[in-house]
Amino acid sequence: MWDYSETVKDHFYNPRNAGALDDANATGDVGSISCGDALRLTLKVDPETEIIQDAGFQTFGCGSAIASSSALTEMVKGKTLDEALAISNQDIADFLEGLPPEKMHCSVMGREALQAAVANYRGEEWADDHEEGALICKCFAVDAVMIEDTIRANSLKTVEQVTHYTKAGGSCSSCHEGIEEILTKVLAETGEAFDPETPITIDPAEVKPAVKKGKLTTVQRILKIEQVIAEIRPQIQADRGDIELVDVEDKKVYVKLTGACSGCQMATATLGGVQQRIIEELGEFIQVLPAELQAA
Amino acid sequence: MTKGIYLDNNATTMVDKQVVDEMIPYFTEQFGNPSSMHQFGDKVGRAMKTARAQVQALIGAEHESEIVFTSCGTESDSTAILSALKAQPQRNEIITTVVEHPAVLSLCEFLEKDGYTVHYLKVDKKGRLDLEEYKKLLGPKTAIVSIMWANNETGTLFPVLEMAELAHAAGVMFHTDAVQAVGKIPMDLKKTKIDMLSLSGHKLHAPKGIGVLYLKRGTRYRPLLRGGHQERGRRAGTENAASIIGLGLACDMAKKHMEYENSCVKAMRDRLEEGLLEAVPNCFVTGDPDNRLPNTLNIAFEFVEGEAILMLLNKQGIAASSGSACTSGSLEPSHVMRAMDIPFTAAHGSIRFSFSRYNVMDEVEEVIKAVPPIIEKLRKLSPYWSNGAPVENPEAAFAPTYS
Ligand SMILES: Cc1ncc(COP(=O)(O)O)c(C=O)c1O
Repeated sequence: MWDYSETVKDHFYNPRNAGALDDANATGDVGSISCGDALRLTLKVDPETEIIQDAGFQTFGCGSAIASSSALTEMVKGKTLDEALAISNQDIADFLEGLPPEKMHCSVMGREALQAAVANYRGEEWADDHEEGALICKCFAVDAVMIEDTIRANSLKTVEQVTHYTKAGGSCSSCHEGIEEILTKVLAETGEAFDPETPITIDPAEVKPAVKKGKLTTVQRILKIEQVIAEIRPQIQADRGDIELVDVEDKKVYVKLTGACSGCQMATATLGGVQQRIIEELGEFIQVLPAELQAA
Repeated sequence: MTKGIYLDNNATTMVDKQVVDEMIPYFTEQFGNPSSMHQFGDKVGRAMKTARAQVQALIGAEHESEIVFTSCGTESDSTAILSALKAQPQRNEIITTVVEHPAVLSLCEFLEKDGYTVHYLKVDKKGRLDLEEYKKLLGPKTAIVSIMWANNETGTLFPVLEMAELAHAAGVMFHTDAVQAVGKIPMDLKKTKIDMLSLSGHKLHAPKGIGVLYLKRGTRYRPLLRGGHQERGRRAGTENAASIIGLGLACDMAKKHMEYENSCVKAMRDRLEEGLLEAVPNCFVTGDPDNRLPNTLNIAFEFVEGEAILMLLNKQGIAASSGSACTSGSLEPSHVMRAMDIPFTAAHGSIRFSFSRYNVMDEVEEVIKAVPPIIEKLRKLSPYWSNGAPVENPEAAFAPTYS
């Protein structure tokens, strides 16, 4: 059974705005081929103000698809079209207090239905710009398309590099076989063969100086931790969140996650990634914890 | 936990209370290693011998020594297929079907990467095989044929007895994954040409984590796990004595209930089928209804999605399972439904109800009452459904842009 949040369950068992609106003037029909889900979103838009006065949905799909559709209708009501378009799939997931990584595509389907409905209202053709690949790394929710693109863009050769760039494979190891298959496929495009024995050479410029064991001063340590967090930050900000160093107590590093990241399913995964990077940088084991856990 | 109605017995079964009681002393009193020379284990060897005879009786094996205890059905499947390849290095082809359990399919896909050729027999819309196609594939390069006896999703039975004869005539080894069939339909292996058979304890009211590989005397064999001399060196590792003893008793009980399974359990399944088909419009039975396990009903509810059905059933304490993509982590719709060419608007709404002898007819009537409103509720949400009927020409009326 999926571990759905109470909000997901509530929106599934008691869907809001179910059914098509009779007096709709905007309709968006989208589907996610990867799991066969489909959604029709109908909106009633005030032509004067472009405010969405009412919304209705019809969904063929699983519990989280129905919950995402229901959440979406609640979120868009009362907003102008432009305000509504600013809603990201992460916003939908956050509204639902998170979705399992395998189910994030349900929130993507919601956002796309919205774009399609607005395009329909404005008499435009909506074309889907987003390609969804099979989910490879379940720990960090990384799909095949993302891995392929990253391999091509950075000429990656090894599983370790893929993990370094995308996080995929950085936790339970079960997807290493899948990542190797993708590497084999992508490398073959340029006539190269994937060699599992390729030594781990990350771009020379990036190779870190060997860490001098244990002899960092407290200030040096904190500076290094700050530096790692600064490097990771743009990635988190791209996901509409933020991270901030709060305190360092011996082996415990306390950080504050804000915005889209706080409370989201991925928060734990994000902290895991940050921890990994700090461990690499300091050459010692530390634990990254949310600031809320720090004893007062 | 509230009692609930458990109709997911093809996934796993409750361990019979008598089986548990039988096992307990082997954890705390007779816990000795059966190979040891002292009082803590002296009864274990004898009890395991009884268990072996009980398994032998259920499947009709000729010799007790043909029973090899393993850790699960998956291990038995892997052992059988890998053994056939290792023992016959000059043969590099496997024949199986597209609807096997992942225990066989994933292994075969993996072996393909290693250079083996795997022939996957297709099925028709009722999930049946084409034996003419099969006959043509049997040849001097075939190392093993592995065909499931009963399908776990639809309960459809394959003609394994006849297929084993054909393999034998062609000089090819035959394995069957009978994890779903053992204990539900009678079998007498000594009268068949089946060389190897897999079974799993947790499908017949024994614990999880115990299985058997039946290995017909004279079959060429290579162990998967090497080490100690347990199971005559055919499967090393200290025996899971308590579970073996539990499985023995479970097999004995299954044999005694075989008649009941094929009359009373079947009657409950048939009543559920009849009740649901009558009460719910736009649904149909998948697989081959005339040729299936007595306990399994797989029914596809069109225009609704399985996970949503299961969540609403679960809320009323009813447990079943689905071939929908969304209930598996993979997002792939069931390969069995796809192989039978079930349209995706129906495949996603396929629900499997699987019974055991612990179900009662009252539960069936409760499920017949519970299901129709659930389907109706979900259809009201479905873009393929309007005013109590499917939209006309659903594929055209609702043609979403897919990503
Ligand atoms: C047909 C079939 N084969 C193999 C298995 C795997 O058995 P086990 O869970 O004991 O490994 C199952 C059960 O899930 C099954 O239904």
